[in-house]
Amino acid sequence: MGKYIKFFLVGILFGIVLVKSEAVSWYRIFEMFKFQSFHMYGIIGTAVATGVILLLISKYRRIKTMEGSTLKVPLKQKGFSRYIIGGTIFGLGWALAGACPGPMYILIGTGVFSILIVIAAALLGTYVYGLLKDKLPH
Amino acid sequence: MEYILQPWPWYVSGPLIAIVMFLLLYFGRTFGMSSNLRTLCAIGGAGKKVEFFKFDWKSQRWNLVVVLGAILGGFIAHFLLSNPTNIDLSQNTIQDLKTLGFENAGKSLLPPELFSWDAVFTIKGFLILIIGGFLVGFGTRYAGGCTSGHAITGLSSLQLPSLIAVVGFFLGGLIMIHFIYPILF
Repeated sequence: MGKYIKFFLVGILFGIVLVKSEAVSWYRIFEMFKFQSFHMYGIIGTAVATGVILLLISKYRRIKTMEGSTLKVPLKQKGFSRYIIGGTIFGLGWALAGACPGPMYILIGTGVFSILIVIAAALLGTYVYGLLKDKLPH
Repeated sequence: MEYILQPWPWYVSGPLIAIVMFLLLYFGRTFGMSSNLRTLCAIGGAGKKVEFFKFDWKSQRWNLVVVLGAILGGFIAHFLLSNPTNIDLSQNTIQDLKTLGFENAGKSLLPPELFSWDAVFTIKGFLILIIGGFLVGFGTRYAGGCTSGHAITGLSSLQLPSLIAVVGFFLGGLIMIHFIYPILF
């Protein structure tokens, strides 16, 4: 069990940050796509900017993971269709349900149990993708 | 304590999300919340019928533990660390939502017009949650990641595929809010 505690703690931090930043709020997602507040763009922008800096530092200082291997992000496969089509489908759902996968789980903790219906539907969507995977352009 | 109880500004929240991503990389893993949906399908036995779910899901247990932590984090933040809990939306957003039939926008985390049980048990309300969730689950696996995997991790590591996916996220979101919402509500 011990090796999982650090993941549990990181999860707690993630849940707290996403609630306190209001990024789990359906309203904030609506507002973002309406370009009526800088809030969500500020969150995503500073997250990416900080992420770039942290990854550059770890690259040049050759920081290793706890397990001793090189710290790096796995590369995504090259391609275009799957990213633009899949991304657009995701975006349609993100704006409709007002939640992406991280917030879906976190919202359970805030006591919104109807989000379980959204999660069940997301599982079904994932399953149907698995079924159709070889027939879709990637 | 006062600062913790208030909503956190974007310039505090954004860097903290990057730290979550970096900690997971430091632990030798990658930040990606939607992968858990695939793992849960595999645990449910989807691997017996579909090749895509035939993988060693036990290697992904750490990510499910992150999810459990996130649920507890959501509980702590909402019930113990939030006073007030209303959302300080822009006046234009409140006005636009009123036009669409959403009253009291920002008084709670989510609109009761969609997430209260009264709303869920109408055909329209139920379909909105089901279709929204389905599109998220299907789209994220098709695109190979969601906001955490592509927008945060992928963009932080300057990967072109993630940029294309994020452009898609916004394309879909803008179509939904600007063209489909006026029909739905």
